[in-house]
Amino acid sequence: MTKPEELHEVAMTVNGATRTARVPARRLLSDCLRHDLGLTGTHVGCEHGVCGACTILLDGAPVRSCLLLAVSADGAKITTVEGLAEPDGSLSAVQQAFTECHGLQCGFCTPGFLTTITAGLRAVPEPTDDQIREMVGGNLCRCTGYQNIVASVRRAAQIQRDRAGRP
Amino acid sequence: MSSMFGASVQRVEDDRLLRGHGAYLDDLGGDALAVAFARSPHAHARITDIDVSAALDVPGLVAIYTYEDLPPKLAEPLPLLIPHPSLTHGRTPYPLARTEVNHVGEPVAMVVATDRYLAEDAADLIDISYEPLPPVVGLGNARQADHLVHEDVPGNVAANAVQKHGDTAAEIAAAPHVLEIDLEIERSASTPLEGRGVLASWDPHAKRLRLWTSTQTSTGVRAAVAAKLGLDLADVDVITPDVGGGFGVKIVHPWPEEVLVPWAARLLGQPVKFTEDRREHFIASAHERAQQHHVTVGFDDEGRILGLDVRFWHDNGAYVPYGLIVPIVTSTQLLGPYKARAYRVEFDSLYTNTVLVTPYRGAGRPHGCFVMERTIDAIAAALHLDRTVVRERNFIQPDEMPYDQGLIFQDGRPLIYDSGDYPALLAKLKELVGWDEFAAAKDAAAAQGRRLGIGLACYVEGTGVGPYEGGHVVVETSGKVKVATGLTSQGQGHQTVLAQLVADELGVRLEDVEVVTGDTRRFGYAVGTFASRTAVMSGSAVTLAARKAKEKAIRVAADALEVSPADLVIADGIVQVKGDPDSGIALGTVAVLSNPLRYAFDEAAKAATQFAGGDISRPPVAPDDEPGIEGRAYFSPVRSTFAAGMHAAIVETDPDTAEVKILRYCVVHDCGRLINPQIVEGQIHGGVAQGVGGALYERMAYDESGQLQNASFMDFLMPYVSEVPQRIEIDHLETPSPLNPLGIKGAGEAGVIPGAAVLAAAIEDAEQILIRSMPISPSDLFELRRAHGQEEALS
Repeated sequence: MTKPEELHEVAMTVNGATRTARVPARRLLSDCLRHDLGLTGTHVGCEHGVCGACTILLDGAPVRSCLLLAVSADGAKITTVEGLAEPDGSLSAVQQAFTECHGLQCGFCTPGFLTTITAGLRAVPEPTDDQIREMVGGNLCRCTGYQNIVASVRRAAQIQRDRAGRP
Repeated sequence: MSSMFGASVQRVEDDRLLRGHGAYLDDLGGDALAVAFARSPHAHARITDIDVSAALDVPGLVAIYTYEDLPPKLAEPLPLLIPHPSLTHGRTPYPLARTEVNHVGEPVAMVVATDRYLAEDAADLIDISYEPLPPVVGLGNARQADHLVHEDVPGNVAANAVQKHGDTAAEIAAAPHVLEIDLEIERSASTPLEGRGVLASWDPHAKRLRLWTSTQTSTGVRAAVAAKLGLDLADVDVITPDVGGGFGVKIVHPWPEEVLVPWAARLLGQPVKFTEDRREHFIASAHERAQQHHVTVGFDDEGRILGLDVRFWHDNGAYVPYGLIVPIVTSTQLLGPYKARAYRVEFDSLYTNTVLVTPYRGAGRPHGCFVMERTIDAIAAALHLDRTVVRERNFIQPDEMPYDQGLIFQDGRPLIYDSGDYPALLAKLKELVGWDEFAAAKDAAAAQGRRLGIGLACYVEGTGVGPYEGGHVVVETSGKVKVATGLTSQGQGHQTVLAQLVADELGVRLEDVEVVTGDTRRFGYAVGTFASRTAVMSGSAVTLAARKAKEKAIRVAADALEVSPADLVIADGIVQVKGDPDSGIALGTVAVLSNPLRYAFDEAAKAATQFAGGDISRPPVAPDDEPGIEGRAYFSPVRSTFAAGMHAAIVETDPDTAEVKILRYCVVHDCGRLINPQIVEGQIHGGVAQGVGGALYERMAYDESGQLQNASFMDFLMPYVSEVPQRIEIDHLETPSPLNPLGIKGAGEAGVIPGAAVLAAAIEDAEQILIRSMPISPSDLFELRRAHGQEEALS
């Protein structure tokens, strides 16, 4: 390979704002978000889709951004961890639950858990413990032993209920 | 104001991490050049030629470096960090391989390019010719020594060491009962979610280097890099950003990348960054745990250990940059809460053509605990005694503290336990797990065709290892308190815990305290984060520093208020007369008054300027005084403090599939006084998960040619939520340490230590088959059932 790589224009709605980048076809979406758009909250733990740290919401669904090419996300609506807080800047229910329940230690895997659980609680707002373990069952954490992550999901469901004024 | 000590306050770290605003190594240096390495595909080979010509056409290529390009100091082997008299054949790698590679993944050439993708393109095109040499893989081959890893190291033996107290041979010869047991532990690894990484920036005008690295010791890296690059410490800043987990592997320094990246940054005059990928972390960082042990134990009719002889073999991988810490810790911590009348331990530390071995959480203790606890269970089985009874009979008693085990610990100091109450811990554990009621539950399950087993394991952990840590506390004129300590953080919540201590000591609100760790610009003297030492070492240091700042603040305020210092207290950031909350002045104002000024920078500062009054007969700053409200202090204990704990597990094994399911997991734990119980429990949870991983799932699967067959998260089975116990039941005992001002002991590694021991015991109890090697997979257990049948079953 001696020629510079051909670049492709991609336009995405990221956390509500239109963002564009010119990237080679092989550029991973995770790298595009982190290095082209400066959204370094999305972390890369394995680059083969196993750890889940790079999970983002693509058109509302949790996906591994390290398994997608940036060019394939052209036109997509993306939410990263930076876009999870409430419009007034306060922590979302899931974020709030994680700090209350000590659901994070080093914080490296946390963005992937937060996005995954945010989508999970939309689908199943009142999960049982088995459903919670299923919800977070594809994300690796080396620090917490998952005990407080499971507790955080339970607590997040409660906070969502409280914020919605539901019993 | 309520005390922060003992409160489970929410972590101050969390807000930025939850919003995606953390700053990990690869989040920095967006404009930096990127590095990729060409690494050895062979476990053992001679390099015959390196041809870079095909790589030169890659667009964006900036530089390619091989060993030949390195300046003299970088061309030497990397330092042997912890020398030891027994380490007679210490070998360390070159930053880039010189003529020989000794494990798959060893760096041979470094590529710098404008982008990581392009750097990897170029690295792939470097044509390196090798003449393969016979690899030495596994402890069996290392011991047999048909082939050598380093041709000048006979028998592959890096070190042979012996420690002992009493006449073990005589005790065993005279003992009424003797058992011999072989025990083995395989390799696992720290495996933090964030790999290693380093970013360097050289300022050509100031001739200063700034380095960010994902490390457990910023001051260690600074000293090593300064030495390698010929710089003074004052010309090198090392900053540890947010670190995505360490668990031991990031205490090693300098990694080849940590000296090569700053060297290239200086040479090229541009920032340069290396971010390790997952495969690189598997094959080019460090592993731990592989050891083989042969135990000979003599004991009396009551199960009391008379003589214990342990011979073991430690796989140190291709090089030993971290010295003998892991096998020394096994040798010494093996004894746990027990007293043997005589003890002798001897180990060989052996080279293999595999990734180097350095501490991983527990650092030799899980193996030692496995050996000792399996031995105690064997004694109990031989004498038909309850396993808890044999333990009780061998415990060191609380009134025997401090207890001298007669050995030298990893810090070069006597192994003297400072405090602890092992009988009380065992009583708590038996109660928590329901030890005495289990037999009935087991029988009831057996009647339904289910196999249940219970196990327990005890450990003692030397924590708070020296030599020292320091702390600095300064009160800003805003009233905010800035705290710095030199060791680093990898997710343990140090910013929170240290702020709790300073808030209490100084009498300020927690939210007014801001803690910085691992930044040599803020604190230049430090050792690092390992051996569960931060709370003990830096916790004590920042407490003592805050105490000094408080004394100064009270002295300055007493002057201003014209009262006796003895009448003043600080509460909620106000220095006030005892019993008169309205009398006070804010700590920030005291900070203003403490610094005699010529120039007023704001309204408050006018009070400290030269025409504002004061005693004109005295110098504005007394000869023995300094401006400002600051305290700096160091804590250097005489020796380590010893935490302890005991775990029990109840497992169910599937009669058909041999799957092991953990039904209960109970922990009793004594780390002295708890600063933040929620954080301590979080540490235990994480440790237990790693213990379960190491017992049931994780192993580094090398083939005979030294290729790591499972160097990805797809194949290396790190626990997901589905693999850890659904609940970890925890109870605490608090026996304060007399060796530090806070009465605390370390907690970071505790959870992992007894994992293999307790689960082996529980599986053995369920299966009635001796478990001598860990980890154990369902297929291992299935093979054990088939191979051993009943002939080795427990009677």
